[in-house]
Formats: sequence, C-alpha cells, structure tokens
Amino acid sequence: MQIYLPIADLPVDMFVVLAMGLAVGFISGMFGIGGGFLMTPLLIFIGIAPAVAVASVSTHIAASSCSGVISYWRRRAVDLPLGGVLLAGGIIGTALGVGLFTMLRRIGQLDLTIGISYVVLLSAVGALMINESLRAIIREQQGKPATPRRGGTHTWVHGLPLKMRFKRSKIYVSVIPVWLIGLLIGFVGAIMGIGGGFLLVPMLIYVLRVPTATVIGTSMVLTLITMASATVMHAATNHLVDIVLALILMTGGVVGAQFGARAGQNMRGERLRLLLGLLVLAVGLRFAYQLVVKPDDLYSIRLLGAE
Amino acid sequence: MMPRLALTAAALTAAFASAGPAAAERLVTSISRHQVMVNSNFTGTSIVLFGTVEPDSAAATRRRNAGYDIVVTVTGPRQTVVTRRKERVVGIWTNVASRTFVDVPSYLAVFANQPFDKIANAETLRRQQIGIDNTLLPQQIGPDRGDPGPNDPFRANFVRLKTEHKLYVQTTNGVTLLTPTVFRAEVPLPAETMIGNYDVEVEVFADGAQVARGTSAFEIIKVGFEQFVANASRDHGVLYGLATAMMAIMTGWFASVVFRRD
Repeated sequence: MQIYLPIADLPVDMFVVLAMGLAVGFISGMFGIGGGFLMTPLLIFIGIAPAVAVASVSTHIAASSCSGVISYWRRRAVDLPLGGVLLAGGIIGTALGVGLFTMLRRIGQLDLTIGISYVVLLSAVGALMINESLRAIIREQQGKPATPRRGGTHTWVHGLPLKMRFKRSKIYVSVIPVWLIGLLIGFVGAIMGIGGGFLLVPMLIYVLRVPTATVIGTSMVLTLITMASATVMHAATNHLVDIVLALILMTGGVVGAQFGARAGQNMRGERLRLLLGLLVLAVGLRFAYQLVVKPDDLYSIRLLGAE
Repeated sequence: MMPRLALTAAALTAAFASAGPAAAERLVTSISRHQVMVNSNFTGTSIVLFGTVEPDSAAATRRRNAGYDIVVTVTGPRQTVVTRRKERVVGIWTNVASRTFVDVPSYLAVFANQPFDKIANAETLRRQQIGIDNTLLPQQIGPDRGDPGPNDPFRANFVRLKTEHKLYVQTTNGVTLLTPTVFRAEVPLPAETMIGNYDVEVEVFADGAQVARGTSAFEIIKVGFEQFVANASRDHGVLYGLATAMMAIMTGWFASVVFRRD
C-alpha cells in the first residue's frame, strides 16, 4: 500500500517500511542497540533523502528504546547513575562531533570520512566481539569454567581516582573512564549519524566490566535520551523529521523490540555477543565493499543541503 | 498583375507576422487541471494540455496548409543540485569532483510533434532553448556561472540521472495534432515531482520560425493532513519536534503495556 510522506515528499510502500521497522526493532531489542546504523542505510536505499532518513530514524530509535527501557526497567536491569555519568560525557562529545561534522562538510570530505569510519569502527568492533565471544564459547565447551567475573578483577582502569559505586551493575570504578566513554560515543555518534549503542555495549562490557544484563538496559536509557533530544533538535533546525515515516517505523520498531528483548533475555551472554559481533562486522564489510568495488554509477545528484 | 500583387502582399504579411508572431496566429490553450492535490495516496499523475492555432491572415492560412509544429515545455520549481563524480583514490572509490547546478528546473518536460531538427534549424532551437540540450542549466564554475553545453560530462550525467527519475522528459512525439490546428499533449508527473508552480510554454513553429507562443501554469500543492504536517514542521519546528518525540515515547510505552506478560 503506497503512502505519501509529507516531509520526505515521496510515496513509499507502507508494508515495506513497517517490515523494516519490525526487523530493525527486533535486533535493537535483542542487543540493546538503537539500530540506526542499519535503518539509515535502508531508508536511503528506498529513496529517502539522507538528511530526512537520519532525522526520522532518531525518532524511531527513541520509540524502540523507550519500549526497551520499560521492559528492562521491570527486570531491574537499568543502572541509572551509570547512565547519568555516561550522558554527561555524551552531551559534550556530541557538541564536539557536530563541530567536526560541520567542518568536514565545508571542506567536502564528509562522505569519505563517514564511509571510512563505518568500515574501521564496525569491522574492528565486530571482529573483537566475535573473537572474545568465540573464546568464551570454546572455553565453556571444553568444560572449563567461564571467565570468572569476580569483583576483584582489576585493570589499569580500576586504578583511576574519583571512584563511584554503581550498585545495580555491581561495579566500583572511577567516573573518568565512564565519562570518557560517554564523550566518545557522543562524538562518534554525531559524526556517523548513529546512536552508538553498538559501541557502547562492548565498551561497557570489556572496559568497565559491567554485567551484560545491566549493560543493555543502561545503554537503552542513554539511547532514549539522546535520540529524543536529537528528534527535537533536527525538527527545530532542519525541519526534516517526517512524522508519518517515523510513525510507521516506530510501530514496527516497538513490536519488534518487544520480541527482540525477550529473545535476548533467553540467550546466553556470549552467544548474544557473538551474534551482535557478526552483525556489526557484516555491516562494516558491506561498507568496505562499497568503498572498494567500482560503483555502478560514478555520478550522483543531490539537492544542495540535503545530505 | 493581380496574382503578383497578392503574392507580394502575402510575403509582406509573412514578414510582419514573423516580426510580431501574435499578429497572425492566435494560440488558445487549456490544461486539464490548474491544481494538482497531493494527499496521502498520491503516487503521481498526469495533466493534459489542449490547444488550437487559429490562422488570422492569408499568410497564416497558407502556413496552416503547410502544417504547424508544436513544442510544449513544462518547467517545474527551480532547485540547486550538486552533481558528484566518484574516482578511485588509493583503492577507495570516493567523490572527487562536483559541480553545482544553480537554480535549474526540478522538473523539465519537452514535447514536440516531430524531431526538433525538422521543426527549426539548430541556431533557432538553441536561441529559443528548445529541448533539454538547449535549455540553459547553469553551473557554478569558480566565480562564474555558465552552461558548458550538452557535451559536458557533468551536465550529461545530471540530465541522465534526472531522466532516470522521470523528472526530465523529452519526447518528439509527445504532441499529437488532432487536426492541422488542434493539438493535445499529456504531461506525466511522477510522485517525486516537487511541490510548487509549474510553467507551461507552448510554441508554434511554421517554416522553421516561431509564429505564436503562449504560456500557462499549474501548481502542485499539498492538501489536508499532508499540508498540515508540512506547515507545522516548517513554522513550528520546536513544537513539532516535541510532539514527535512525545509520540515516540507514548508509542514505546503503549507497546510495553500491550506486550506485558508478567
């Protein structure tokens, strides 16, 4: 069924968009990521202008993560203080990222920067996650005990000052690395036009040793806040949020996220991380392919200011 | 003696006629709709143009017997478009060169009853901007603006991409002459056509020269809910954004209530 989008100014097949929302929602609920790095390219693929796609996807992610946050909240798997410290860094990181974004756009190298950062980040994070989770699975199958996450495991991160106790996550760490992670996520997110959940989840697990259970809920709180404010900012400055597109996406998204969250809860942590790693790596390789293989059409046209 | 005089008179009239085209041929056109409404199930449409050319003088009557040629040009709202070209740099395909097309038509359709080169000579076509190749598509090249002509690769690829989206159309059998003086043309408007005003220009040629010209217009507008959303987004951005964010949060909450198991 074709429906005309009032801001994107083109008709789309409602059921195709709904299905996209469902699929990405399922993935986001399962892994606790926003799914922007999947949804934005999909929307551009069906012909929506990149700027409208990025702006409307932020609304969709806000809805998906809101439904996810409520589910995880009921399971007591949200660490609010941890989310708060991350957010404090994230706001500053976003501002820095927007600054660099504007500069790169002025010198005309934005496309390349985005392309390369997608490849490097996604491939690296994906490969690391696959490596780690495979080791854990193999260790388990050899009958050895899974890597003990003892309270006393210390790395250099734990030697930093300004320690704070995050009760729900059962960790006692310095706020400096937490704040820096938030800053990095905000910075990268603003440049790449993504929520950054797929980066945040592994960082919280590997750097801060936050248990997988609270990682997802906490990451979702962060995503909800940043994406809801991104919606308002996009609407106020660029007037590019398509409410009809967002509504179709989020209807599929919230339903998908519910099933995804349930599927994620029933799965073992290392399996979940392996799957997410494979997904992230696949998207990274897809972007690499796009950069390396000769494109079908060397020319492209785009409305001035719509990218 | 008399026939010779008449011939001279005819030649004189013809000369005058080509100096002031409107004097000898009267062009009347009508389009099927002056407003195209875009609502939620808009998937493109087409409008139909009808016209008649009425010869008003002896010379015009003679020209009518020789046959008129009609060219219809529809020009949509102007937009500024960047055309980019990718090249391989250290193994990576990336945009290296770009040209900005300034204030070019977002939609351009040219219809004629026969190939342009049979209607008028190349010089006339170029001067009258008949056909996409002859339509001025100015590019910003450094501090200057200009159209390097149809052989420019950026221009050629810009037109090709526009044509692939059916936003640039050119058909030399798009105008049907129902009688030697009555014609009809159908203007296809794909769903991606921009909202705004569209100019319709009809030119009548005879013996390789323009003898009459007329203009008309229609507009594509959003109505109802689509118009409300577009206006709200443009005029009340912050409120619109807050409403959208609230909608997102409500949707998320609603879903978690509906799907609650415990």
